[in-house]
Amino acid sequence: MSQDLIRIENLSVGFEDDGKINQVVNEVSLTIPQGEIMALVGESGSGKSVTAQSILRLLPEPPVVYPSGAIWYQGKNLLAGPDSELRFIRGHKVSMIFQEPMTSLNPLHTIEKQLGEAIMLHDGTGRRKARPQIMEWLNRVGLRNPEKRLTAFPHELSGGERQRVMIAMALINEPELLIADEPTTALDVTIQAQVLDLIQKLQRELGMSVLFITHDLGIVRRMAERVAIMQGGHIVETGLTKDIFANPQQDYTRMLLSAAPSGQPEPVAAAALELLRADNLRVWFPIKKGLLKRVVDHVKAVDGIDLTLRQGETLGIVGESGSGKTTLGRALLRLVPSEGEIVYLGRGGEMLTGQSGQAVRLNTLSHRGMRPLRRFMQIIFQDPFGSLSPRMSVQQIVAEGLRVHERLSADEVEQHVIEALKAVQLDPETRHRYPHEFSGGQRQRIAIARALILNPGLLVLDEPTSALDRSVQKGIIELLRRLQKEKGLTYLFVSHDLAVVRALSHRIMIMQEGKVVETGDTEAIFNEPQEAYTRKLIAAIPAL
Amino acid sequence: MALLKLNPINHQRWLRFRNNRRAFWSLWLFSAIFMLSLFAEFIANERPIVAYHDGLWYAPVFFDYSELEFGGDFDVRADYTDPFIQDLINENGWMLWPPVRFSFRTINYDLPSPAPAPPSAENWLGTDDQGRDVVARLLYGTRISILFGFTLTVLTSIVGIAVGALMGFFGGKLDLFGQRVLEVWSSLPTLFILIIISSMVQPTFWILMGIMLLFGWMGLVGLVRAESLRARNFEYVQAARAMGLGNTGIIFRHVLPNAMVATITFLPFILAGSVTTLTGLDFLGFGLPPGSPSLGEMINQGKNNVRAPWIGLSVFFMLSLILVLLVFIGEGVRDALDPRRTR
Repeated sequence: MSQDLIRIENLSVGFEDDGKINQVVNEVSLTIPQGEIMALVGESGSGKSVTAQSILRLLPEPPVVYPSGAIWYQGKNLLAGPDSELRFIRGHKVSMIFQEPMTSLNPLHTIEKQLGEAIMLHDGTGRRKARPQIMEWLNRVGLRNPEKRLTAFPHELSGGERQRVMIAMALINEPELLIADEPTTALDVTIQAQVLDLIQKLQRELGMSVLFITHDLGIVRRMAERVAIMQGGHIVETGLTKDIFANPQQDYTRMLLSAAPSGQPEPVAAAALELLRADNLRVWFPIKKGLLKRVVDHVKAVDGIDLTLRQGETLGIVGESGSGKTTLGRALLRLVPSEGEIVYLGRGGEMLTGQSGQAVRLNTLSHRGMRPLRRFMQIIFQDPFGSLSPRMSVQQIVAEGLRVHERLSADEVEQHVIEALKAVQLDPETRHRYPHEFSGGQRQRIAIARALILNPGLLVLDEPTSALDRSVQKGIIELLRRLQKEKGLTYLFVSHDLAVVRALSHRIMIMQEGKVVETGDTEAIFNEPQEAYTRKLIAAIPAL
Repeated sequence: MALLKLNPINHQRWLRFRNNRRAFWSLWLFSAIFMLSLFAEFIANERPIVAYHDGLWYAPVFFDYSELEFGGDFDVRADYTDPFIQDLINENGWMLWPPVRFSFRTINYDLPSPAPAPPSAENWLGTDDQGRDVVARLLYGTRISILFGFTLTVLTSIVGIAVGALMGFFGGKLDLFGQRVLEVWSSLPTLFILIIISSMVQPTFWILMGIMLLFGWMGLVGLVRAESLRARNFEYVQAARAMGLGNTGIIFRHVLPNAMVATITFLPFILAGSVTTLTGLDFLGFGLPPGSPSLGEMINQGKNNVRAPWIGLSVFFMLSLILVLLVFIGEGVRDALDPRRTR
């Protein structure tokens, strides 16, 4: 029934370096039907973005080379065509939106100018004449107060609004194909849902095709009629979405489908003692104005939060970006200055109070005073690439805590490192390598090993799985769960991803604008959310 | 490089540097010139390296001997350029002379023509207007220029890196205050201060070094400051802090290694700059004390004796060679350390 709009045949893409070609896309054949949403799914490094960008030949040549293949559009091979032809197709027939809306818009130009440029390049319409068209499109993408937004600069818009502007810019010339490269990955779930709805609505109105690139199968199921699954530069499986979800043919597809976080943490012993308590915790960043830098107001990142953590328990802190959840985690470890009581009742307290089991008021300690306690409370960060020093070997990274807190011989240190690496299921033989030789999941394991080597009681997990593929995520979640059981660790799990939080947390605290919206047992929150905001969050999760 | 165990990243960089043939050869050539000049006493000297007389060994390069030891008449230091002494020694032994029989301050009194004398078998590149051998002066002058450059580079870098790291890492008021101090300090006219000081005291190597250091340490501050300002927000720095590592530990283990790449890239260029600075001061006469072998003083002689082109041309080629080699090495280092290519 549907005609093919673009046909990719045997496309191979490689990066040339010193005469060697590193092929990242191998003999991919794909047809994009007219007037449908087609999803291209794969984990990071599968070559899905490279494939999509080759359609417009957006990748810099060199280093990119196309050893084989053709991309047919209206009987023309785009890979062989001249640049002028390609420029005509770009933005007129095929448009693209990207993952990061902040960097895709020019920060120095107003919204009107950027949209106007798209129109002018298309049919030469001047700025004045283009205005009604721009207004129409800003309305269509659902930007509030479009008149005022015409003269706004990108930084004055929120992430969701910027992505709407990007969509308007891509669609203003009514192209036949929209390539959406992970357009919602950088957005919060509730905004993601809105943007997905918008793309779907506009696709129907314009009758265009959409090539939707994503790693999230939940989004695929919700959006796409067809899906192609990529792995390691090959197309593994392609077909109608509903067929593939109901009856996946390939092992890899089945693995992807089953990679959703599942399961529950071990229940906490009823007699578990309190480990950490915070009363009326506040982190206010002052806003200073004027010549004398008078404090006129505060950004209330964390605004009066009470919480208790029991030994062996996981408390999930959930919220959208800007809700203060990360700041809360860091404030509890005294990595950012805060006000209000933080009481620590765990191991190591006797070093400061002289008696074991005595409560330590962390908020009264200086930076130096905190140091002996640091080994008992560790933090794991979101970005597995940024949290390991690229100049140190794994051995050095993992052993860093030992250097600070213990006096051990080189052999003992090595022994500890080997044990810590084994605990996170990494081959101890790899300890002399450097971080760049490891994948994201492995790096996150190294970060966990670094925290574990000091045998801490409390781990603050700051979105430890957000930068990872679903299948890798699953492994990390299982690892965290096992470590909790074996070592009786207490987690403060900060995340925006409700599915992961559910798989790991005993209790959940929902945060919005620095305040607690709702808190309670995990299943209670998911099954009977009390607050409207919680319900909205849960509804926005793209279900598999 | 087998002696040094490099980590893989640095090994990669070293390989990349070696692949850059121009930079690699420049490094070897520069090292060779530097090594030669370090052993200048053995190449150009008014004393023999070894002498054998009456069954005894002498090393005039290192020690002063009295004429009496060779059978002379007076108890004065032996002057080996004197034919009388030479005959005394050769009668009962032999001497091993360096290839150039002049030191930087030796005046050749047997010139065939008035100084400056043109190149000859004895004075390979001629003499300057005081009858001193140009080869010897070049050799010693190069040594002092490179040593001065190296020392100045190391000292200014240490101060600059320390100040930059502190400003960047602690930020806030310290940073603001530091920046203002830098602005004021760097606008002081170094040359005039030097002129004033040299009118009061005769500048020596170390006084010059002190003054240049006092006004030259700002070069790297901005760079290191920016790098550590960036680095202090890295997650692995945060992780180290959460681990309980103190500020000093964080600066040395995490922040400085980060700033090192940018710094090392700059070093050859700073070295080239230091060599030029010393030469310039010597040329103007505010540099090293008179009589010192110095490239700048030779340039000045070249300018004053246009009829004796061998002076000006030799020092011109020597100086250009050193600077060009340093720039080539610097370019090689820069490309090898380019962060875009380390990934």
